[in-house]
Amino acid sequence: MSVELTDVVKEYPGGVTALRDVSVDIPAGGQVAVVGPSGSGKTTMLTILGTLERPTSGDVRVAGHDTTTASDGELAGLRAHQIGFVFQAFHLQESMSAVDNVATGMLYTGAPLGRRRALAREALERVGLGHRLDFRPKQLSGGERQRVAIARAIAKRPAILLADEPTGNLDSKSGAGVLDVLHELGSDGATLVLITHDEHIAGGFPRRLHMRDGEIVEDERA
Amino acid sequence: MTDVAIEGSSGRRTRRSSSLRDADVGRARLPPRELLGVALQGLRTRKLRAALSALGIAIGIGAMVAVVGVSSSAQANLIAEIDALGTNLLTVSPGTDFLGNSAVLAPSSVPMIAHMLNVKSDAPIYQLTNANVYRTPFVPAEQTGGIGVDAASENLPKVLGAGLSSGHFLSAVGQRYPEVVLGSQAAATLQINQVGGHVLVYIGNRYFNVIGILKPVKLDSSLDSVVFISLPVAERLFQQLPEPSEIYVRSGQNNVTSVANLLPATANPQDPSGVSVNRPSDVLEARAAAKGQFTTLLLGLGAVALLVGAIGIANIMVISVLERRGEIGLRRALGATRGHISLQFLAESALLAAIGGVFGLLIGAGATEVYAATRHEPFVVPTYALIAAPCAGFLIGALAGLYPAAKAARLSPTEALRA
Repeated sequence: MSVELTDVVKEYPGGVTALRDVSVDIPAGGQVAVVGPSGSGKTTMLTILGTLERPTSGDVRVAGHDTTTASDGELAGLRAHQIGFVFQAFHLQESMSAVDNVATGMLYTGAPLGRRRALAREALERVGLGHRLDFRPKQLSGGERQRVAIARAIAKRPAILLADEPTGNLDSKSGAGVLDVLHELGSDGATLVLITHDEHIAGGFPRRLHMRDGEIVEDERA
Repeated sequence: MTDVAIEGSSGRRTRRSSSLRDADVGRARLPPRELLGVALQGLRTRKLRAALSALGIAIGIGAMVAVVGVSSSAQANLIAEIDALGTNLLTVSPGTDFLGNSAVLAPSSVPMIAHMLNVKSDAPIYQLTNANVYRTPFVPAEQTGGIGVDAASENLPKVLGAGLSSGHFLSAVGQRYPEVVLGSQAAATLQINQVGGHVLVYIGNRYFNVIGILKPVKLDSSLDSVVFISLPVAERLFQQLPEPSEIYVRSGQNNVTSVANLLPATANPQDPSGVSVNRPSDVLEARAAAKGQFTTLLLGLGAVALLVGAIGIANIMVISVLERRGEIGLRRALGATRGHISLQFLAESALLAAIGGVFGLLIGAGATEVYAATRHEPFVVPTYALIAAPCAGFLIGALAGLYPAAKAARLSPTEALRA
C-alpha cells in the first residue's frame, strides 16, 4: 500500500508544532528510512502515517484513500489489518508468552484464537524465535524481545510496516539481526518506514528522509 | 485501488481520492468472547489488586445478603412455629350489634358450635368482671396488677395448643373446688414460679389453691395475664352468667374458611352481625412477615459498604488506566477502536465487581448459616438474592468503571506509547 502525506501540519496543545507542511509520497513496497535528531518530528510523522493520530491540517492517503473523513472505527480497521507497528520500547505484555504476545497483535482482526496462535507461531519462526515460543518477555534477551515485537507486527502480513527506532534499545549485534529481519520482510512487498538516528542503519535503505524541526529537509534517494 | 480524479471546485484540491470507507481494508473487531478474555487477562495480571478491590464489593454485598438471610431465617422460623401451633384455630367473640351496643354471646352458642360439622374441638372462656387476684388479702384493692380472672373449660390448653410449665390445668374432678391456674404473665406478676406446697392466691374474698402455671400462649398472648378458674366455681362464688366472652374453635385443617363463615350464624342465629370471628394465626403471620422485613438501618449500612467498594473499584481503575497507558497505546496501534478500549476497562471493572458479588453472596450466606445454626432456626437465603448479588456487583462495577473507561478511551495513543 502506498502512503501519501500532503501539506501535513501537526500541532499539539500548548502551541507545539511537531510537523510543518510535510508532504511525502511513499509508494507501495517502498523502503524508507527517516533520519533526524530528537524532536525533529520523526515519531509524529510515523504515527500520522499509521493513522494513530490525525493531522491538524493536511491530507493523509493510504493506498489512495482519503483518511481525513474516516471514522475512528475505519482507521482502527485499517490498523488492525494493514498496518504493523514496531516500537523502540517493544511494548510486550509481561504476563503473556511470546506466542500469546504475537497472537494479541491480531486480536482486533476478529480472527479466532486458534488461527491467531498458528499465525503467531509461523511469524516467530520467521524471525528466528521458533525455539522461544512459550518464553515470557522477561526470559528473553533485548534482541529477542524486539524480534517478538516484530513478529507481532508482521504476523497478520500487513501492507505497511512502521518501525520507530527498533534497534534503539539494542546492542549493535542484536540490532543488525533485527534489521536483517525487517529488510527481509520488506523484500516481500510490504511498505517499510523505519525511524532511526543512526546514519549507518539509514545507509542500508534506498530512500532516506532527513527531518529537522518538523520539516523534511532532504529526500535522498540512492 | 485506483485514485478517482474529480475536478475540484474549491481549487485547492484538484484531485480527490476515494474515501477509506469505500476501501476494503477490513474492520476492527472484538467479539464478546475475546473481550471477556481481555478483561480476565487484565485482572489476572494484577491478582492481589483485583482481589482487594473485589473485597470491598464482597463485604458490601455480603452484609446485605446476611441482613436479608438472617431476617428471612427468623421469619421462616416464626412461620414454622405458627404452623406447628396450627393455623386452624378460630376465635368467636361478641362484636357490636346492629345498634352499636356491645353484643353478648348466648350460653347456647357453645353447644351449637360444638355440634358443627368440621369443628374438631372448642373451648369457651368467661371473663369475670367483678373479681381480682391478689397474693394476700393485705394487698390494697386497687393494686390488681392488671390480672384478669376467666372461667374456662378444662380442655382450653389442648384447644390452644398451650402447655403448662408447672402443675396441671383445671380438671373435671376438681371443678367444684377453689382451684386456679395462672397465665405465665400473671404468675410472674404474682411472683409465683411453681406450684406445690400450698401456693395460694386471694380472689374475691377467699383463697384459691394454685394448681398449675401455663406456658406463654403463642396463639393468644392476652391469656398470659389471666388466671383461670372453673365455670361452676365462678357461677357459685361470683354469680357469673354462663355467657362466653370468647370461644376458641379448632376446625378441620381444610375447612377453616367455611367454618369461619358459618360461625357467626351458628353462634347467634338472630343477629350474626353481633359475632366477631378471628383467626389468630393470621395476625401472627402478619407479624412474622413484618418482622421478616429486613431492618432498613442494616441494609443502609450494607449499601454504604457497597458504595465504598464501588469507589474503591473506580479508584483502582483510574490508577490502572494511568499505569497501563503503554498497553492502551499498543492496543490502539494494533487496531482497537476507542470503543474497544473503553469496553475493555468497563468489562474489567464489571467483572471484578461481579466476582466480588459472588463472594459477597458466599460471605452473606455463610453468616446467615452461622446465625441460623446458633439459634436453631432454618437456614434461608431468598432465591432472588442468589441472582441479585452477582447482578448488583456487575452493575455497580459497570457504573464505577464508566469514568475510568472514558478516560482510557480519550487517551492519545501517541502519548500513551511514549510513556
